Parts: sequence; C-alpha cells; structure tokens
Amino acid sequence: MSDKRTYTFANCQVVDPVGGTAIRGNVVVEGQTIRSVGQDSAGLRIECEGLVCAPGLVDLSTHLRQPGREDAEIIATGTAAAAAGGYTAVSAMPTTDPVMDHAGVVEQVLRLARETGRCDVFPVGAITKGRAGKELAEMGAMHEAGVRAFSDAHHPVASSQVMRRALIYARAWDAIVVNHPEDLALTDGAQMHEGVMSSRLGMKGSPREAEEIIVARDLILAERVGARLHVPHVSTRRAVELIRDAKARGVRVTCDVTPHHLVLDHTRLEDYDTRYKVIPPLRTEDDLVALREGLRDGTIDAISSDHAPHPPDDKDHEWPSAPAGTVGLETALSVVLAELVDADADPTQRGHGELSLVEALRLLSSGPATARDIEGHGRPLASGEPANLVLFDPGVTWAVVGEELLTRSRNTAFEGHKVRGRAVHTVLRGRFTLNDGKVL
Amino acid sequence: MITDLLSMEDLDEATITEVLDAAENFKDIAVRPIKKVPVLRGRTVCNLFYEDSTRTRISFEVAEKRLSADVINFSAKGSSVSKGESLKDTALTLQAMGVDAIVIRHPASGAPRRLTEWVDAKVLNAGDGQHQHPTQALLDLFTIRERLGTIRGLNVAICGDIIHSRVARSLVRGLRTMGAEVTLVGPPTLMPPAVEGWGVAVSHDLDGVLADLDVCYLLRVQNERMAEQFFPSVREYARVWGMDIDRMAVMGDHAIVMHPGPMNRGVEISADVADAERAVIVDQVTNGVAVRMACLYLMLGGEDHTA
Repeated sequence: MSDKRTYTFANCQVVDPVGGTAIRGNVVVEGQTIRSVGQDSAGLRIECEGLVCAPGLVDLSTHLRQPGREDAEIIATGTAAAAAGGYTAVSAMPTTDPVMDHAGVVEQVLRLARETGRCDVFPVGAITKGRAGKELAEMGAMHEAGVRAFSDAHHPVASSQVMRRALIYARAWDAIVVNHPEDLALTDGAQMHEGVMSSRLGMKGSPREAEEIIVARDLILAERVGARLHVPHVSTRRAVELIRDAKARGVRVTCDVTPHHLVLDHTRLEDYDTRYKVIPPLRTEDDLVALREGLRDGTIDAISSDHAPHPPDDKDHEWPSAPAGTVGLETALSVVLAELVDADADPTQRGHGELSLVEALRLLSSGPATARDIEGHGRPLASGEPANLVLFDPGVTWAVVGEELLTRSRNTAFEGHKVRGRAVHTVLRGRFTLNDGKVL
Repeated sequence: MITDLLSMEDLDEATITEVLDAAENFKDIAVRPIKKVPVLRGRTVCNLFYEDSTRTRISFEVAEKRLSADVINFSAKGSSVSKGESLKDTALTLQAMGVDAIVIRHPASGAPRRLTEWVDAKVLNAGDGQHQHPTQALLDLFTIRERLGTIRGLNVAICGDIIHSRVARSLVRGLRTMGAEVTLVGPPTLMPPAVEGWGVAVSHDLDGVLADLDVCYLLRVQNERMAEQFFPSVREYARVWGMDIDRMAVMGDHAIVMHPGPMNRGVEISADVADAERAVIVDQVTNGVAVRMACLYLMLGGEDHTA
C-alpha cells in the first residue's frame, strides 16, 4: 500500500486492552499505521462520538469452507462476515476439501484471502493427513507457507502416540498444537450433552468426561515434552479446572471458549432445533458459570467464534442427520457485550457484569493473538502500531436474524436473540473493510 | 381436542382421561359384526414408517380403517428414502398431496417434532428413537385402568432397559400424570442419566420390590445391549432381572404383568409367565387398536373439514 492517507477517528472511547486503559480522545491513522492516540487530530475527521475504538478482533477458529464447500461459505463471504463483526484477523480451519494438510492448500487459501478477503487470514494446518489421526501432516512445509498452529478441527487425535509425536515434532518451530478434546469411545453416537435433557429427549449423551479425559491427557503430554498446546472451545467446569492447574504449574497451554458455550445451555434443545447442534454440545448452567470464572481469572485466553457455516439444506433435518456448528463472526462481540459486560460500568470496571469492557475486548483481540502467535493484530493502541481497528457502537441493541447475516449460511444459534453493540467501522492496516456499517 | 400427539409430556390428566374414555367406546366396535364407523370418512392418513415395526404399523392401519380413513402406507424401504430424500422433502411432498394426518415412526428422537415445522397435517408420533411412544403409553394406561379399575395410587415397576426405551419414557410420564408411583428396576448401566428428574424411585433389586407391586412392566432387552457391554450375558440378565414363575408368585394376587412386545421369552420374561392369566400382554395389543382410534378421532374427527 502506497496510500499515505491520513484521517482521525475523533472523540471516541479508546479502549486499549493491552495496556488496560480507556481514554476519551482521537485516534489518528496515517497510511497503514496508527500515528497518534490522544487529543491530536489530522487529515479527514471522522466523528465517532459514542463509539468505542479497540484493536480489530481476532478469531481462532473460522471454518471458511473454501476450497470444497463453497455452498456453505467462501473466503470472500466469510471474511465479509468477519469485517462486519469487527474482526481484522481470522484463523482458517483445515475443514476444506481437499483437507488443508499440505502446503498447496495453505497457499491456495492465502492467495484467495489476498484476492478476495476482507481481513487477514491465518491458516491452521491439519495435524494429521486427511485429519484422520493416523499419519502426521507435513508441518514443516506448512509452517514455511505461514502456518503457526495445527489442528484436525473437530476430529480429535485419538491416539496418544500420534498426539505425543505431533507435540514433539511441532517443537521444531515452536508451533502450537490445537487438539479438539473428545474421547471418541465415550461419544460414539452421542447427540448432545449427557444429563437431564438428554435423558428426557431420548438422545445419547456425550458425557463431560469425554472432554476432560482428553484435556487431561493432552496437558500431561504437553507438560512432559515441553510443547505448546491450545485447547479449543472448552466447555466443562472440570476442563477449566484442569487447565487452571496446568497453567499454575507452568505448562505451555492456552485455551478458548465460544460465545455460544458461554451463553446457551442444553435446555435450548427442547424442540430439537438443529441450530443448537454444536460441538462440543451445549452444557449446563453450572458449566457456564465455570467458563465465566475461567474468563475472569485468566485461565481462558480467548473467546473464539468457531464460525461453522452450513447451508440450510444440511441443517434442515431430523437432529442426528444435521451437521453440528453455528455461524458466529457477526454476533460474537454483540453477544459478549450483551451477556457479559455491564453497559453502564466504567470500561475498566466490571460493575454488575461478568467482565469489564477492557477484559472482554482483550479476550476478543490481544488474548487470541498472543495465544496463537498471530502477528500484527491485537496490538496496543499506540503510535507506530498497525492500524487494525474496530469502532463499534456499544449502545445499539438489535435482534439476530440469520437471514440478514453476510455469511453465506444462516445457521445461527443466536437466532432471535437480543444483543448489544455493533461494529460501525473496521479498519485493516488503515484501509476500511467496514465503513459506517457497510462492508467494502 | 389434541392437535399433534408427540409426547406424553404434552398431555395432562384430563386429556389422558378423555382419550381412555373415548377408547372404551371404540373398543366395543371390535366385537361388532361390522367393525367400522364413518368418523374419518374422506380424511387421508399417511403411515410414514422409517423403522420396521409390523405390529405398530398394523395396529394403526386397523385403527384408521375402522374409522373409515383413507390410508397410505409409506415405509422407508421401497420408497424415495432409500434414494436419499430428506425427511423434509418427503414431508413437503405429503403436504402438497393434502394429507390430513401423518403417523410417523422414525429412528431419530425428535423427528416428529421437526415434522410439525414442515407440514400443516396433524402429526402423531408412533415412536421416535429413544424419546417417546405416546400411543403405547396410552394403551398401557388403558389396560391398567381396565384391569385394576384405577391408576391413581398404584405401585408400578418398570423393569429393564430404561435408558434406551421410548416406552419407558412415555409410560413413566403418563403414570406420574395419572397419580401412580413408579419404580424403575434394572442394572445400573441401563438406568438413564440424571434419573432424579423423573420423579421415580430406582432399584436394582427386583426381588425387593415385587411384593408391593400392582403392575410389573417388563421391557424388551435387546441383544445389541449385551454387545455394547451394558450387561455381561443374557443368562445373567434373566437370573437377576428376569420375571419367572417364582418371582410372579411373590406379587399380590391382583397384580398384573405387562410387556410392550415383542417378547424375548426366557430373557426378561419366562414362557410360563408370558402365558399366565395375569399377564395382560394380549389385552395390550387389543386395546392398542381402540386407543389409536381414540387418538385419531380426537385429533381429526371433531373438525369440520368442509370449512
């Protein structure tokens, strides 16, 4: 970019989750970087009274479906949804066809992202070939192509031997292994969380221990071999506790949780509405409480959408035949603000909420960026930093309607939910990807 | 008036009583020389069966024909299902043909509930996965009331594979709604998770509960449960939780033995118990037709379809 355009976001609430500060003032952008934060003003003046300016959001698990399932999503639409949701970086999961288990697909995704993307795309390579859990994928070649984290997405690496090798091998680049925690022997045929609701609805349950056993195993392995482990979409109380203990012992582990696991519980399944079919399954109120505690005490590093688009033809089935997953890029910020943050509290204070605004934005930007070595995003709001920004209106409330989303799919678990806050401008290295609510 | 019949959870005591009373009237028809009444003449009912179930399908078909409905049988085999058509597309096809009611049997729990979102026709659940089988529960309640005069206050044990049983889920709810006390009996591996919420007692000792029972309801034990390590052998199951003549002798003289069929003689029920006078298994089958007639009548019969 040779664009040296200068402009000012004037009179906004500047929230810097890295420094933990919130000030009222101006953010001046020059070219691709932040020139100043404070009272200075330069170039085009964009009035932002009432808006919050924060680092652009960072997602750790985004199923962009291209190549392979272009009927569900393409990189252009997935990243448009990201821009609309305030994201400047997403992590493309290897749930492509062909599977992103070699450098060729990584390069294809990066090329499509450069040509059609509205945010930076950080590919996540598969741990094993075909995500089959048997043979290691070519991590070295993928690392060279730009991959920093490896995951078989919702296929857990079942074999302890393969998982141990993957962790050890990844040490060559200090890469991060992201393993979906699920003991498949305990979840064969499972449709939902095992408990009161599964018992009533007559569906086979996935017990909490299916998640916790693999979390415990992976923590033990990571600790033993000194590798970096990321536990995605933590959903049970005990899993949070296991990670909390491991962190206290110095294990190199990070983890994330999704907005839907923080807000929705298994009682939503009452009518067998497949929008609530997600992996891991929606759990109980007690798990929600524990997950929120994990956010507050720093056990959980990030809130990640696990954006998983599925076309209506795939979701409109009886429960067992429908695929699991919900879209989430366009609702994550708004759900978090509505459910976890006190609208009337000072940005640095929790007030009556679960999180302060500063904490919430940290979990959506610098937290995930740091956990997964995503460079240039989730940075401090300071002079010389890349201008990757979101400006959102924290006061606006709106109802989620799947049909109105920019993602190519409609399967939102938050259909009809009243949420709060919406991105107005999203800026990627100084360039608007969302301007006044319109994706560019 | 019932709209859709999906789950015993949806029926209160008054509605259940209405069904049972109506079934009493319809039961008389079975002993007439001409076993047919014109209450559903001109109405079309589709039996949409995605699971093999000869006895349930025939019971519904007899009930529908005795009510003079036009009957379409659609089974998963030999239909477009085997070509991969979705339940929704099949539902929309039936909708387009103007079917008035769909009786659905499906291996997926909740499939009938989903169906109601896609069609205007009334939906009657003839068994969905491990969820509900409301007409089975209603015919069981009818049989209990017929034999013992009342349901309220009775002690009922349901013994066997509770966790996988839609019959148990339906019947427990129906019995609780009608004021009976329920004890679930069987190996701990076959008890549902979070059973506390069911409002029942749980016992793993069949011998310990027999003397106080008015009804002992035995569930079919499927061989595949053994393969899945829910219990080690059929022989052990029969020894610990099977009903035999010695155990039946411990029950009060008035007490009855029930089974939804088909029976595994020698496993959950011994052959001599199955054929005993106080085993009301054949009555259950007979009453099934009358109860299904009552349900269809209450769902469809009261409507003025010329409007």
